[in-house]
Amino acid sequence: MHKHLLGKLTILFLFIVTFLTGCANNNSSKITIVGSSALQPLAEQAGNDYRLSHSGSNIVVQGGGSGTGLSQIQAGAVQIGSSDVFADTQKGINAHLLKDYLVAVVGVVPIVNKGVGVKNLSIKQLQEIFTGKITNWQQVGGKKGAIIVINRSKGSGTRATFEDLVLRGKQAVKSQEQDSNGTVKKIVNSTPGTISYISFPYATDNNIQKLSIDHVYPTNKNIPDNKWKLWSYEHMYTKGKPNKATASFLKYMLSKKVQTGLIPKTGYLSVNQMHVKRDSHNKVTKLGK
Amino acid sequence: MHAKRNDKIATVFIYIFVAIVICILAGILGEILITGLPHLSWHFLSSSASSFQAGGGVRDQLFNSVYLLILTIAISLPIALGAAIYLSEYAKDNWITNTIRTSIEILSSLPSIVVGLFGYLLFVIQFNLGFSIISGALALTFFNLPILTSNIEQALEGVPQSQREAGQALGLSNWKTIRGIVLPAALPGILTGIVLSAGRVFGEAAALIYTAGQSGSTIDYSNWNAFSPTSFLNVMRPAETLAVHIWKVNTEGIIPDATIVSAATSALLVIVVIIFNFGARALGNMLYRKLTASNTK
Amino acid sequence: MSEKNDDLKKVVNQALAEQKVPHVKLDKMKPSTVDIDKLTKPSKETHQEYWGKGLTFLAIVLIILLVVSIIGFVGEHGLATFFSDHVNIIHFLTSTDWDPTQGKNHVGALAMIVTSFLVTLISALIAAPFAIAVALFMTEYSSKRSAKFLQSVTELLVGIPSVVYGFLGLTIIVPAIRNIFGGTGFGILAATLVLFVMVLPTITSLTVDALKAVPTELKNSSAALGATRWQTIYHVILRASTSRILTAIIFGMARAFGEALAVQMVIGNAVLMPYNLVSPSATLTSQLTSQMGNTVMGTLPNNALWSLALLLLLMSLLFNFLVHLIGKKGKK
Repeated sequence: MHKHLLGKLTILFLFIVTFLTGCANNNSSKITIVGSSALQPLAEQAGNDYRLSHSGSNIVVQGGGSGTGLSQIQAGAVQIGSSDVFADTQKGINAHLLKDYLVAVVGVVPIVNKGVGVKNLSIKQLQEIFTGKITNWQQVGGKKGAIIVINRSKGSGTRATFEDLVLRGKQAVKSQEQDSNGTVKKIVNSTPGTISYISFPYATDNNIQKLSIDHVYPTNKNIPDNKWKLWSYEHMYTKGKPNKATASFLKYMLSKKVQTGLIPKTGYLSVNQMHVKRDSHNKVTKLGK
Repeated sequence: MHAKRNDKIATVFIYIFVAIVICILAGILGEILITGLPHLSWHFLSSSASSFQAGGGVRDQLFNSVYLLILTIAISLPIALGAAIYLSEYAKDNWITNTIRTSIEILSSLPSIVVGLFGYLLFVIQFNLGFSIISGALALTFFNLPILTSNIEQALEGVPQSQREAGQALGLSNWKTIRGIVLPAALPGILTGIVLSAGRVFGEAAALIYTAGQSGSTIDYSNWNAFSPTSFLNVMRPAETLAVHIWKVNTEGIIPDATIVSAATSALLVIVVIIFNFGARALGNMLYRKLTASNTK
Repeated sequence: MSEKNDDLKKVVNQALAEQKVPHVKLDKMKPSTVDIDKLTKPSKETHQEYWGKGLTFLAIVLIILLVVSIIGFVGEHGLATFFSDHVNIIHFLTSTDWDPTQGKNHVGALAMIVTSFLVTLISALIAAPFAIAVALFMTEYSSKRSAKFLQSVTELLVGIPSVVYGFLGLTIIVPAIRNIFGGTGFGILAATLVLFVMVLPTITSLTVDALKAVPTELKNSSAALGATRWQTIYHVILRASTSRILTAIIFGMARAFGEALAVQMVIGNAVLMPYNLVSPSATLTSQLTSQMGNTVMGTLPNNALWSLALLLLLMSLLFNFLVHLIGKKGKK
């Protein structure tokens, strides 16, 4: 009895091993997208829709973070690397080898716990809070209580956007850090005195207080003409010229169907809506329209 | 009568500690089940997940979790069993054996993300397996082997020496003694090892994000051809498990009903683990009875 | 070989010839048909023995390969920080300034080392007595049925994903600590409490195995000497199973040490030296997990994270060594 069991297990094991080695995938039409976790829900949905309309296509969408996306596309291990940040701002990435596709725009909004009694901050106040100069809500017209800064993980796209546009080169105060929008939202919701920032698509519920900056409200309407300055591009990078299947998918990503259909539904902004353009050094130029 | 008094005190303390632990256990399980169960429905179990609308289910994640577990155990059990037998019955008691043992213990403290990245670079990229169930199963094997090996080794060592002597006295070879006497006797302990490691497989997220992936492809449950990309049996397809789904929904998911989905999925996961644990034990008891011809006490 | 066979044949023939057993007709035994080759060939059992030993040896080789490859992998990336990025190793171990994106003079892991140590030690220290008490209860006090039930329930806890523990900690433990001790509630204490629950099942179930392995004769003889239950437990059972209980605790500590997702949510994840148990800080794993995806392979920030992983391996080696040392002393 036992002999059989052990024998079977061994056979099963050997079978799996041979299966593994013999089963090299033919990757010709497979598109793997790896990177930005913020872009993942959007890319996943677009991939599913694409699969339905283009039979025979094989798209795999995975997260892993912008750094992973850029490393892997540079290494040529995947077909598309997605990122929240410009490739040329990252050390160790040779941006010349990569081709950048801007697929969407996303806003970033500062949020505070509902109990602090603040609904608007000037950009200078925001800067001083995150650099540790202002430490009590009273100093910015709120209720008395210490300010607890929850920053985002170093190197994350959201933090890069925020630091570039709010801190402008100043060092952020050492503070708690969280890397995902969902966790930040939960912490701000449950901890008195906290302030942080998240992407627009996540800032949908009423448990947290979104802040306006200099009385500009954080809505998608204010982004296209740069009234609301906290926004960034979502990038998809390919290494050199994409192959046919990848090019076809990127074309689909930039088509009307996705840009005006899917993207607004998920809380992102279409790149076609933008009246301004921003380069990797945060220089904003008006688009002639 | 110090001894009697001490005995009483000790008993009281043990009961208090146990009561506290039971309260914690009941609290956690109760919390998960009470918040999750009301949202569990047939629709939730039978529909696929959605990326951004409300009302998605976890059909594929549920299947993937179970499938991945079966594969992982199929790969890791033979290795762990072999290694444990070698360590407990054959290996000489010297520094080499001790080093092996220590390195196995150290391996189990590796954070799962390191195992995940290792699996990613080795299986997904190097072996060209892509984001797939098999990559996930191999990564989980890495992570499963230390505790499984050590558990089985302990179970084997727990078998009374007299049983081995009895085997030898019957003129059985070492190997026959191990297979016919020691293994069956150690079965309950081995089973505990499997159940424990299965729990970790069910609950693991970080190692799988980089290997099995965090989104699945369209699966066809009527396609039994394991080599077709849409077949549910295909081990080369990317797959998201229940634990990864909970992680994803909570951290970067933008579906409006994230809290509900996460609560319901957690409850479902607990139920699946319960079913698995009891199933494994029942099966184990049956095997034990059959192999040792004894009535389990 | 053939010489040896001939020799053997001679010996057998001689033995048969000298045999003086009256009832068996020698004729029927036909000494010429004795197959020496068969006699000297390894038996079926020996073959099985070779096979069995070979198979199990193969398994152990596989595991060794695995361990070596993963250690080599982590080592290669982790040492790159010191060899190709020229970070001073002393600085790495003694500075609390952690900001690798700023360059090689900002790679100090001390704050994380201290926090990781504290979190792991404290949670194991809290969990061990509980686990041992529960294990004793299951093996010595309760009925078999309720012990089995309790064991199944504890094992359930292993299967709950760490994210869920993290959120339970975030919604229950953190606010509770905030209300009792003030501050934000995030910190070592919260992490310890979450880890306590997470390592409890591992330690308990391994301890149960350890206690069960104590031979019944020992317990019986202790009882026969008139010892109370507690005396038997304290002087016999626990003594006999010390080293295995310690192994159980090591595995629990290993789990606590390597746990990331849950800890990251409740510890605050701020790379600061912890000045008390309720001040936000970060462990090696929480930094590792939250930063890994955002760094580019091969650059300093990424290599620095691998150095943390390497450090983690070395530290668990140290833990292991220490606990075994204590175990040896305790045995005397």
